[in-house]
Amino acid sequence: MSALVEYLPILPELIVAIGALILLMVGVFQKDEDANLVWFLSMLVMAGAAFFLIKDWGINATLFNESFVVNDFTRLLKVMVLIGGIFTIYMSISFLIDAGIFKSEYMVLMLFALLGMMMMISANDLIAMYLGLEIQSLALYVMAAFRRDNVRSSESGMKYFVLGALSSGMLLYGSSMVYGFSGSIYFSEIAKTALGDGTASIGMVIGLVFVLAGLAFKISAVPFHMWTPDVYEGAPTPVTAFFAICPKVAAMAILLRIIYNAFPDLTTQWNQIIVFISIASMILGAFGAIGQKNIKRLLAYSSIGNMGFALVGLAAGNREGVEGVIIYLMIYMVMTAGVFALVLSMRRNEEMVENIDDLRGLSQTNLSAAFLLALLMFSLAGIPPLAGFFAKFYVFMAAVKADMFILAIVGVLASVVGAFYYLRIIKIMFFDEAKDSFNEMPSQLKVVLGLSGLFVLFYIVYPNPLIEGARLAAKALLPTA
Amino acid sequence: MEIGLSHYLSVAAILFTLGVIGIFLNRKNVIIILMSIELMLLAVNINLVAFSAFLDNLQGQIFALMILTVAAGEAAIGLAIVVTYFRNRGSIAVEDINMMKG
Repeated sequence: MSALVEYLPILPELIVAIGALILLMVGVFQKDEDANLVWFLSMLVMAGAAFFLIKDWGINATLFNESFVVNDFTRLLKVMVLIGGIFTIYMSISFLIDAGIFKSEYMVLMLFALLGMMMMISANDLIAMYLGLEIQSLALYVMAAFRRDNVRSSESGMKYFVLGALSSGMLLYGSSMVYGFSGSIYFSEIAKTALGDGTASIGMVIGLVFVLAGLAFKISAVPFHMWTPDVYEGAPTPVTAFFAICPKVAAMAILLRIIYNAFPDLTTQWNQIIVFISIASMILGAFGAIGQKNIKRLLAYSSIGNMGFALVGLAAGNREGVEGVIIYLMIYMVMTAGVFALVLSMRRNEEMVENIDDLRGLSQTNLSAAFLLALLMFSLAGIPPLAGFFAKFYVFMAAVKADMFILAIVGVLASVVGAFYYLRIIKIMFFDEAKDSFNEMPSQLKVVLGLSGLFVLFYIVYPNPLIEGARLAAKALLPTA
Repeated sequence: MEIGLSHYLSVAAILFTLGVIGIFLNRKNVIIILMSIELMLLAVNINLVAFSAFLDNLQGQIFALMILTVAAGEAAIGLAIVVTYFRNRGSIAVEDINMMKG
């Protein structure tokens, strides 16, 4: 019994893993055509895992010869990923039923993807990181192609698979170089030997660059963003919502972990790279979205830009920066979930529509939805006093504190350009001639859209729990700084 | 001539580059892309095993075994996606994968 107690810190992962396996069985043996039971149980599994994570707040542990680390940072990020998963599954149901793909496998794949993300967030060596990443990615490739009678969905699955495999290959090549030149796969050992005798060896730098390139792929940062618009457009909309929320958070978490735990002494090397991809993502995200007609493509560019903003906090390289990244990711998740809830409700005459033009005159046909979307768009554009403003404020403040004025200025300018296309959507909704109204909005989508709107609006009133959580998490990641 | 670590690393680097080039230059068939991906992963394995032998440290070989396993799963999923794509589109030529552009 005492031997088992040692493994308690991975209880949340075990719950998700065993829960997914049991749900696979439940799905097979259930007579019912629909997967309502599995749908409900999958949310219960995630909520259970999140409960056990929150219950153990403050405990630090390493398991399996230091391959797996548990602290407040990993715990907070895992809870965020799980909450994102609960909301995406919750709002998937109406789309899945209408598209005729309400199968238990969807929920099971999502649980496996979440399991991969949780393992990746906690990984403390290169093998664990790679395996977590692959568990996540393999499930996500299948989810992108889940609508298998739809040519766009399978095409997006194929594109995601090929480019995702390419990025895993780069990550692996980088890992092999890092292993070779540091002599160990453990982050802590790599941190000790990375700098060598004062100057980092060229092999180590090559390894670092490849690892960062592989991870930049997963967070869709420029110049590794080219898959994002196509995959977002082609994948079934709830899957797109999932892509926009959870893998981004998980990949950003492992990026923070590997930079601060494995390469803390190579600051000059990684800082240049992060600054470059951050600036490039912000600018491309802002300008790329302007000409888009499809709202899912627009959101793809928006997420590229948002990842650029989050990377500003990482580039700052201090504890405020880490806090900024975490708060940014939280607020980004909520805003994205709300926007996707509205995109999922864009149905007219029993068919999904996804052009921005279809939103014309939404204020006349459904004022409350139009109002909430306008709120989210103002927030994404970074207009005070909404939550999105504070998200940007924290990361830019961290950059200013680190004397990175150019980065902060470029960020502010990019968010001004980005405001153009967010405001354009508001203009289309409120001042253009109305089209036919959408079908009645399913109650799940109403709940998610409403909650997200409330969060964005009232974040300013009581932000302390989130800030405090982010502060503790940043402290766990950077105990000394 | 003594075969040293740098020879192994060079072979792995060349194979890896060939794999990357194979993904981007190939205009004919998606299966070739899958083969290129496999080539990249095997190049990494050569790297890891060479480092492992050179450092006298087993971690690299374990890593290589893990990669072999994952690569098998990855190939299975890739082929499954290619099959569903072929059913919908009737072709797996790379130049036909263009329903979405932007």
